[in-house]
Amino acid sequence: MANTYQDLAPGEIPKPQTKVIWRTFWILLAITAVEFLLAFTMPAGTLRTIIFILMTLVKAFYIVAEFMHLKHEVKSLVYALLVPTVFVIWLIGAMTIEGGSLFDLIHNLYKK
Amino acid sequence: MAHSATVPTSSKTSSWFGGKEPMNASYGKLMMWYFLLSDAFTFSGLLIAYAVLRFKEVGYYDSDFAKKFSSVKEAGEKFITSDAYWPIPERIYNAFPFFHGVDLPLIFVGLMTFILIMSSVTMVLAVEAGHRRDRADVEKWMLWTILGGITFLGCQAWEWTHFITGSDNGAVRNVWMNGEWVQQTVKGANLVMNEYGPSAFAFSFFTITGFHGFHVLTGVLINIIIFYNSALGIYDRPGRNYEMVEKVGLYWHFVDLVWVFVFTFFYLV
Repeated sequence: MANTYQDLAPGEIPKPQTKVIWRTFWILLAITAVEFLLAFTMPAGTLRTIIFILMTLVKAFYIVAEFMHLKHEVKSLVYALLVPTVFVIWLIGAMTIEGGSLFDLIHNLYKK
Repeated sequence: MAHSATVPTSSKTSSWFGGKEPMNASYGKLMMWYFLLSDAFTFSGLLIAYAVLRFKEVGYYDSDFAKKFSSVKEAGEKFITSDAYWPIPERIYNAFPFFHGVDLPLIFVGLMTFILIMSSVTMVLAVEAGHRRDRADVEKWMLWTILGGITFLGCQAWEWTHFITGSDNGAVRNVWMNGEWVQQTVKGANLVMNEYGPSAFAFSFFTITGFHGFHVLTGVLINIIIFYNSALGIYDRPGRNYEMVEKVGLYWHFVDLVWVFVFTFFYLV
């Protein structure tokens, strides 16, 4: 990226290109605003939790892809980082279910 | 010139003949990515532990107390804290500086989120200025980023203080003391017990937001070093470039990324 502006005369500083940055910012802000709206208008439950987690993943995508520039890196680097992360996210989900199972053991064992 | 005749002159370039960076990323950038991946594993470890601790407890709406009310809305309005169920986050995090006793659910944490996203934007603007080798712009945006980080840390310090100090009246809990159960008024929170909910509620709050806050602190310190270097003109020297701004930017965005997850799992769900 440092070599993008080589055709310029020495000492000359090119104009900033910040359109994509601000677009990403507005997307992140809008998603957060919708999250707030849902937190106060929607009753708590599994559906709301799933919506929140999906919106979190969308925000994570924009931060990693645009701010951290991963979208514009080579594919092998993208997959080297993405594949291990997917397994860890699976583990978080699995342990959420495991927690529910523990809940059942602790609170419902003597009720049946 | 006999010795130079042995240098191969063919223009064949392949990944295996040297002179190429693996994955088109410089050594420092690649290693920063791998560090962030390992750091993501650490945070995931904490989130995995949190998932088990949270979902083995009764949620407020599933508790015997909340089920006495006719609707979810009514149950939410009648919320009181107890160590028998996990609290509703927005009823716990509802304070704002200088508005004592006013119920402002999630407003302060919303402000903190906005500050961190904003400082992420100024960071990426600093990286963009670095690509253009515009030293004045890099300095300006780095300073804004540092300011945002320090403001976030200040907010977190206030929130922790409020969380530890607790409400005016506290809550009455049964405590096992000297071989018998006694009633005791608990105010605020520590690692063992708290007035808001089960012990794990405050414990995981301190651990995870504390670990994240430590990352913000180190991020601010590294940002200050990079700002200092660029102000000295080190990155403007011949043969040098502003890639260090990019690397520290990766770290700073990662801290923002973690906060996005902490925000969802602690304050919304």
